Amino acid sequence: MDFLVFWLSNVPSFAAPFALGVLGMIICERSGVLNLGAEGFVLVGAMSGAGVLISLGDYPLSAIIIAGASASALGLLFGFLVVLLRVNQVIAGLIMVFLAQGLTSLISRNMGWVNKPFSGLGRIDFGFLTDIPFLGPVIFGQDIIVYITILLYILSFYFIYRTNIGLRLRAVGENPDAVDAAGGNVILLRFMAILIGAFFLGVAGGYLTVVVAKIWVDGISGGRGWIIIALVIFARWQLWRSIIGAVLFGCIEALIPRLAAVGVQLPQYFILMLPYVVTILVMIWSNLKGNNKQDTPLALGRPYLREERH
Amino acid sequence: MPKITRQSHLIEMEKITKSFGDFLAIDQVSFNLTQGEIHALLGENGAGKSSLMNVLAGIYAQDEGQIKLDGNTVDITGPAMAKSLGIGMVHQHYKLVSSFSALDNIALTVPHGTYLSGIRDLRKIIISKMSEIGFDLDIDKQVGKLSVTEQQRVEILKVLLGGAKIIILDEPTAVLTDEESKGFFKTIKLLAESGAAVILVTHKLKEAMNFADRITVMRGGRIIDTITPEDLSEEQLIRLIIGEVIINEPNLSKDIGDRKISLQNLQTTSHDGSIALKNISLNIREGEIYGIAGVGGNGQTELASALMGLSKLETGAILFNGHGDISSMRPDQRRNCGLVYIPADRQKYALAGQLSLTENYAISGLLRHEFGSWLKVNSFKACEKASEAFKEYDIMGVRNLNQKAASLSGGNAQKLVISREFSSNPSFIIAHSPSRGLDIRATAAVRAKLCMARDNGAAVLLISEDLDEILLLSDTIGVINGGSIVAEFEAPTARQDIGKAMVN
Repeated sequence: MDFLVFWLSNVPSFAAPFALGVLGMIICERSGVLNLGAEGFVLVGAMSGAGVLISLGDYPLSAIIIAGASASALGLLFGFLVVLLRVNQVIAGLIMVFLAQGLTSLISRNMGWVNKPFSGLGRIDFGFLTDIPFLGPVIFGQDIIVYITILLYILSFYFIYRTNIGLRLRAVGENPDAVDAAGGNVILLRFMAILIGAFFLGVAGGYLTVVVAKIWVDGISGGRGWIIIALVIFARWQLWRSIIGAVLFGCIEALIPRLAAVGVQLPQYFILMLPYVVTILVMIWSNLKGNNKQDTPLALGRPYLREERH
Repeated sequence: MPKITRQSHLIEMEKITKSFGDFLAIDQVSFNLTQGEIHALLGENGAGKSSLMNVLAGIYAQDEGQIKLDGNTVDITGPAMAKSLGIGMVHQHYKLVSSFSALDNIALTVPHGTYLSGIRDLRKIIISKMSEIGFDLDIDKQVGKLSVTEQQRVEILKVLLGGAKIIILDEPTAVLTDEESKGFFKTIKLLAESGAAVILVTHKLKEAMNFADRITVMRGGRIIDTITPEDLSEEQLIRLIIGEVIINEPNLSKDIGDRKISLQNLQTTSHDGSIALKNISLNIREGEIYGIAGVGGNGQTELASALMGLSKLETGAILFNGHGDISSMRPDQRRNCGLVYIPADRQKYALAGQLSLTENYAISGLLRHEFGSWLKVNSFKACEKASEAFKEYDIMGVRNLNQKAASLSGGNAQKLVISREFSSNPSFIIAHSPSRGLDIRATAAVRAKLCMARDNGAAVLLISEDLDEILLLSDTIGVINGGSIVAEFEAPTARQDIGKAMVN
């Protein structure tokens, strides 16, 4: 029972960065922009969050917001490349990853942010609610970002499926020609989607340093950006499925330290490999289930140019 | 007929020029439009009709010239601007989001307030508009699951509800059957009577002659003339469009030989389990064109792909003189017997758009080891053969042999397909809608090639939804309806009899 409570109460904070990242990716890719740079945006967010706490003082919420904003700044570059210059989106995405890896190492070293622990953001105590056995720590013992994430999902669902601009966002990823002919601005829509998407990826990164690790080291995201990309495919660009995927991976990641704590002997490298094995299985599963093409935004990865001759 | 005076011009386009790179698509074109008229814009493929209309709809920006709306010069900067000026366009390739419902597609173009309340209002508005113009449509159905006619209705509704006073229709009947076209023109007349001005871009003469108040003819990016249908005969109009007359006399076989192909009780089932082909039996003789007439979607595609070996037959035999029953052979084995195929969708099934012209031409010869062994491709020989064939088949727009096949216009792409397919001297030719989307000149060329193959003794199965084409070329006509051949006629035969069998 204790094992279960410890495990499950840790799941949300492991799932939150996945959930936030996938949310950003879905908003971005629903507009038809393939974003393979997720890992880069997460890294920039993670470093910026840590940087704020170390250099500016103990403002964890501001740190998270600045983490998102810094990733959006990188998103400006990405958007400039893929939306305005119409650079190949695969290549531009990969460039974002390597650029961010170099950039975060450079800046954090120069600013002296590496390996400096900080207090970060703690969990909320709801008093007697948190003391409820079992449910208390699992539901009422989380940090504020977890609850905000849930709120963001509800807002995003409303935004994507229940507003005119959400309709346009979905349409621009399916058939930008139709949106253009309808008088919508394809460039602006895609740019906004990239910036919002990058913001959430950055927040996911900020969460990793500000809430989880409470320290910055190079490459702290440890490939979570790549898992986020796999999760998008698993979720087939649907919000509710992405929550399931994020929780699934949260469960696995939360299980690893619990197993070690109760003395289950598993080779360290097997455990580190586990998320990727699950990623592969998830991808195979989502492919075997078929209908894959139906859910993929039709214009995903295709730059838009109006004056093309048909 | 509305009276045409200079004051009543709703739109005046003056000396519009637009080029794409080195290619001058429209050259100093002036065009006007009057309220309440149906104005047909006629011309061959590549005459500049669509380009001119794309300028008016704000899709393309003109290089030179100006547009006046109600006498005031306007600068149409984009589709949004055109829309706000009351200019709406139904494009040849529909601009619809296929995963959305019809309602959502309309909401995308014509948002009404916030989405949630807007969609309720819009539903009411659409339903009342539909009853006004006699449309029948399930607006909650996914657009991808609607028929082409229904998709077109969604496009028209989009334009109408956007408040368009000027409606541009780009090749609206290209994808419609005779029957559907009739209903379509009824709607158009109604719209014009209610005060809208309609521009009908087409290369179908009959439509322009029967339904337009005025006709403007374009050729090679320029306006040739603007006339009223009463002024000219069809022949004179053809001369305006192509600069010469192509005679449309039936071209029947003079020398029909022995039975070459015998289809016996062909039966297939489609994906959803319904029967696609029912007991199809027919014979095709040497030197004969057997025409399959019918309304689209009655088994034409299934028949072609079953004959080519692209889908499996449930029962039945395909007897090919000298080769026995070929129904269990793979497509390449059938090709080796002398069977070739000109599919309806050439861009998808006949050409690899991103590969070069030579590669597209050589692919079937490669399989026959005409261009070297499987180890080494003799590309020099392939280029030589290809350039010979391109000359022989009069394929225009070839700048060099390495340009992508996608760069060819529809007619030339089709000629490329035919030159390749005919390079092996086939004895059995399946041609599915071979002139679909082609202009008059290219259509004539394609039909001449089919007749030439027939005169050389090949058996030709011509599947076409264009009844005129069937009547011009076929020696025997079978009518396909609901997956079976419901009637068979010897040419010459009355158009009405075939038409009756098609719809009964």
